[in-house]
Amino acid sequence: MADVSSNPDPAPSAARRRAVSAFAQADAGFLEAAWQSLGEGRTVGALRGPESGLVMVRGRAGGGGAPFNLGEASVTRASVTLDDGAVGHAMVLGRDARRARFAAAFDALWQDETMREAIERDVVANVEAALAEADAERRSETEATKVDFFTMMRGED
Amino acid sequence: MYVAVKGGEAAIANAHRLLVDRRRGDRRVPALTIEQIAGQLALAVDRVMAEGSLYDPELAAMAVRQSRGDLIEAIFLIRAYRTTLPRFAASSPIDTGRMLIERRISATYKDLPGGQLLGPTFDYTHRLIEPDMAEDGFVAEPARRDPGETGPAPRVTDILGDEALIEGDGRDGGGEPADLTRSPLAFPATRDLRLQALARGDEGFLLGLGYSTQRGFGRTHPFVGEIRIGEVEVEVDLPEFGFPVVIGRVRVTECQMVSQFTGSKSEPPQFTRGYGLVFGQMERKAMSMSLVDRALRADEFEEERRAPAQDEEFVLAHCDNVQATGFVEHLKLPHYVDFQAELDLLRTMRAERPTAAPPTEEPAAERDGSQ
Repeated sequence: MADVSSNPDPAPSAARRRAVSAFAQADAGFLEAAWQSLGEGRTVGALRGPESGLVMVRGRAGGGGAPFNLGEASVTRASVTLDDGAVGHAMVLGRDARRARFAAAFDALWQDETMREAIERDVVANVEAALAEADAERRSETEATKVDFFTMMRGED
Repeated sequence: MYVAVKGGEAAIANAHRLLVDRRRGDRRVPALTIEQIAGQLALAVDRVMAEGSLYDPELAAMAVRQSRGDLIEAIFLIRAYRTTLPRFAASSPIDTGRMLIERRISATYKDLPGGQLLGPTFDYTHRLIEPDMAEDGFVAEPARRDPGETGPAPRVTDILGDEALIEGDGRDGGGEPADLTRSPLAFPATRDLRLQALARGDEGFLLGLGYSTQRGFGRTHPFVGEIRIGEVEVEVDLPEFGFPVVIGRVRVTECQMVSQFTGSKSEPPQFTRGYGLVFGQMERKAMSMSLVDRALRADEFEEERRAPAQDEEFVLAHCDNVQATGFVEHLKLPHYVDFQAELDLLRTMRAERPTAAPPTEEPAAERDGSQ
C-alpha cells in the first residue's frame, strides 16, 4: 500500500478520489462521448490492461465489528498514459473493459490542471447528478411502501 | 484382475449436443436473453451470485441460462469461473449503515428512525398464482412518495446498543480476516471464517438448520431486529492512488437477529445477536444465516452444544452446495471395479458360511466379464 502521508497536500487527493469514484460509476458510452470533446487529439497508451480480476468484498460482523470476507466481485482495471506522460488508473466493478480504459484516461487527463475544471463540470458533476437522480427515484419508490401506523382505540378508557 | 475400459466418447459428445438442444427447447419460441434473466429472474441470479460467491449479475444470468435454471449447477459454473481470475485486492468493509435502502423492516421496533419500509416484498401477498402471469400484460409504474429530507437510517442494533441491553458488534482486532478460498477449513473456526462460509452456504441447508433452532434444536428464541436490503458502495484502497476509491455498488441483504440470553459468569443478562449478510436480495438466506451464526456462538455464551446447528464442523463442512453436490453426484460415475470387488467379497463370505443354504442358482459366468 502506498503511504498516504507522503502526499503533502490532502486536498487534491480528496478531489481526485471524488473524480475517480465518479469515473468508475459512469456509463462507458458516456465516458467515450465525453472523451471525444475533452480528450480530443490525445493518444491513450495502455500501460496495463484493461484486465479482468476479482476484488474480495468484505463485510463486518454485526455490521460494525471485525471484518470478514463476504464474497468476491468481478472487476476490471486499467492503467494508461497520455502523450504528456500523465498516468491514470481505474478499477471498475464488472467486466466492462471500455469503461475501465476511459475511466483511467480521464484520471490521467484530470491531473492536467488546465483540464480539471472542465472534467469536474462535464464529467464528474454529470455522473454524480445522474447517480443522485436515480437514487432519489429509488428512494421515493421505497418511501411509498413505508408503513404509516395508526392507533386503534379499544374500550371506553 | 484390473481391466481398464475405455469408451463412451461418442456417447458423451452426443449427450452434450442433446443437452444444448434441450436447453434451447422449441426453436419457434424466442430464446431467453441475459437481460431478461438478470431483470426478470433477478432473485435466481442473486442466489447464484451469493452462493457462487462472485458478484456479477450478467455472468450469473449467463450461468442460469447455461444450466437450464439448475441453480446449483449455475453456482458451480460461477465458482469454476472465479478460479481462472487473479484477485487484485480486498475491499474496505462495506458500510451497511450507509445503504441506499430498498427495504428495511424491524420486528422489534414499530417506530424506528427511518421507518418500516416494505419495499418489493412477497410478504402479505396471497400466494395465489395470478392469471396475468400467463400473459405479458400491462404493468403499472410504482407509486412514489417524497421522502423529504431523509437522514441516514441507523441500524436497529445501534439504537438499542445505547442501553447496553444488547451486545455490541464486537471489536475489530485489526487482523486479516480468515479466507476459506485460500486455506482449508480448520476447527475450531473463528467467527470471521464462519460468516464467510455461511454467506456462500446453501440457502436450503441453512434454512433447514435455522428452522431446527426454532423448533428446539439449539433454541435461541430469536426476533428479527432488522432486515435491510439495498445498495452499498464498494471502496478499494489501491496503491496506485494511495487512498480508497469507489469502484461501484453491490446490492446486499443484511439481517440482525436478536436472541435472548440469560447471562453468564462474566456477562449480565442481555440480548445477543446473530448476523446475516449476503449478496443480492436474499432475505430468507440472510435470516437463516443469522440464526445459524447465533447458534454457532454457543461457546461464547456457555451454552451446551447439543444440536446440529451448534456444531460448527457439521455446519461448515456441509453447507457448501458445490462441495456437497460434487461428493453426492460422484456416486453416479463408474464404480464398476469397486462394485466388482464388493461382489467378489460377498460371494466369498457366502461360500465360507458353514450353515448357508446352497444357492438355488449358479451365478451366470459371463456376468463377471461384462464390466
